[in-house]
Amino acid sequence: MLRYAALKTGRALFVVWAAFTLTFVLLFVLPANPEDLLFDPTELNTIPEEVREQVAANYGFDEPVVVQYFQRLGHALAGDFGNSVQSGKPVTEAVLGVLPSTLILSAGALALAALIAYAIALTATSTRRPWLRNLVESLPSAAVSVPVFLSGILLLQVFAFRLGWFPAFGSDGPASLVLPLVTLAIPVSGPIAQLLVRRFTAELESGYVTTSRAKGATRDQIVKGDVFRNASLPALTITGVTFGNLIAGSVITETVFAREGIGRLTQTAINTLDVPLVQGIVVLVAASFALINLAVDLVYPLLDPRLRATLAAATA
Amino acid sequence: MTAIAAPPAARLGELARQPVLVAAWIVVALAVGWALFPQLFTSYSPYTGDSGASFAPPSADHWFGTDRLGRDLYARCVYGARTTLTATLLAVVIAFGLGTVIGLVAGYFGKLWDNVIMRVVDVFLSIPSLLLAMVVVSVLGYSANNIALAVGISSIASFARVMRSEVLAVVNQDYVKAAYGAGVGRLAVMVRHVVPNSLSSVIALAALEVGTAVLAVASLGFLGYGSPPPEPEWGLLVAEGRDFVAVHPWISILPGAALALVVIAAHRISTSLRKDPRR
Repeated sequence: MLRYAALKTGRALFVVWAAFTLTFVLLFVLPANPEDLLFDPTELNTIPEEVREQVAANYGFDEPVVVQYFQRLGHALAGDFGNSVQSGKPVTEAVLGVLPSTLILSAGALALAALIAYAIALTATSTRRPWLRNLVESLPSAAVSVPVFLSGILLLQVFAFRLGWFPAFGSDGPASLVLPLVTLAIPVSGPIAQLLVRRFTAELESGYVTTSRAKGATRDQIVKGDVFRNASLPALTITGVTFGNLIAGSVITETVFAREGIGRLTQTAINTLDVPLVQGIVVLVAASFALINLAVDLVYPLLDPRLRATLAAATA
Repeated sequence: MTAIAAPPAARLGELARQPVLVAAWIVVALAVGWALFPQLFTSYSPYTGDSGASFAPPSADHWFGTDRLGRDLYARCVYGARTTLTATLLAVVIAFGLGTVIGLVAGYFGKLWDNVIMRVVDVFLSIPSLLLAMVVVSVLGYSANNIALAVGISSIASFARVMRSEVLAVVNQDYVKAAYGAGVGRLAVMVRHVVPNSLSSVIALAALEVGTAVLAVASLGFLGYGSPPPEPEWGLLVAEGRDFVAVHPWISILPGAALALVVIAAHRISTSLRKDPRR
């Protein structure tokens, strides 16, 4: 078990380091004149040569690539990704400033998505009407197919402009959170619901359910007591997809609803070619992903005894 | 593709029992028709409008209404199919081609190759593909082709992973061992036995990826990383209507709905391909 934990931790650290290196190559090495990225493209030709050299020196672009790499890596290890080109603020500060807003949005959306997914799975597996089952089962693939910006704009049009129930833009107050939350929850719920429908169907057909039925348990008791837990656990295996959907969804959702957060910060950083900020965000996202995956890898064997046994056998 | 394999009559009967699937094929065929021969589907120009007729709601003359400059939105949707679907096709071809080769090398040559390649794949998989595509497009510069390249690059890793696991399963089959035993060379076994037998799952993934790639291309277009504004592109069309959504909602919603329909249809078709027992 200890060897397993060490191996998984090592992999997580490797992924974060590699994400740093990948973004370094993409953003600092591949562009011919990385300092050009720091200026507004439309003003590039009017900037005097000495200013460009000065800026290049400031950012360390005049040093050999290897030196730049280890300097940046050293600083990054200490949590310093340099200063944002546009605002001049440290990248870490800029990212941490908007992080809470995105965390609230994604945590809420994830919870709502799980609720929707369970509602779909329970309805699909418990209804006796085939047409209802077919309809409900087709919802998850529709949820992943409708572009996030379209559902956002539709919700905005109906509930903010037509009905006036919720504010259209901004990030203050709980009422302004409702529409972004729903928008983001829709695509996130799709894959979870698909997996739950499959798992619930498989569990309900398994031997222990038949045995419990034969012993006199009602369907509700079995679903609540056993099926629910057994069918839910595999949802942890699609953590990666869920995380990716949350990040991609929040970029679009925050743009549509003009909410502050990591997603919109990413979009502004890319639009203004704010290279240090882009690198900081990508490394942060990769690190969160690695951390969440590590947590799942470490917790899963605790929740599933079968896996614990396999691991013990493999590492013995 | 499957229609060729089965006797046409039996296939048609099977299709008739699945009206949703038929509708999905019609939607995709229509979108491809828009992309190939836009002038057959509309007589309006996607670029020039009648400034007197701006913000006209949908009508018999203008099926999808008109935008701020009085341009016919249906025409812009039809011509936009070419931009969006070309980029999608390019993205899927890039991801499929490179991903298959990388996965094949990792799975077939194993050991060091496998370790190095799969660790790199892990890294690509740990960055959400939209974010990765945004970074790539910011380095390459904004254009429809670069969007295609970025979306393609960001999905290589998932193709490589599927291809690798398929190859690993095929390599241990008896017929592969038999081929070695009969003295067939390593490369010949790879080309003749391993590749053809590993491809089916990757092809199913490619079908699924078409829908995902349309969405990714349109999302990047919506965020403004595609061709510059006069060019019609589905994501950009939705973005152009965003400022008027309170008063003229059709500008965003109708192109968006067309896009959503195509993605839903593509997903429906890819599920039917995966469920097909002949595969």
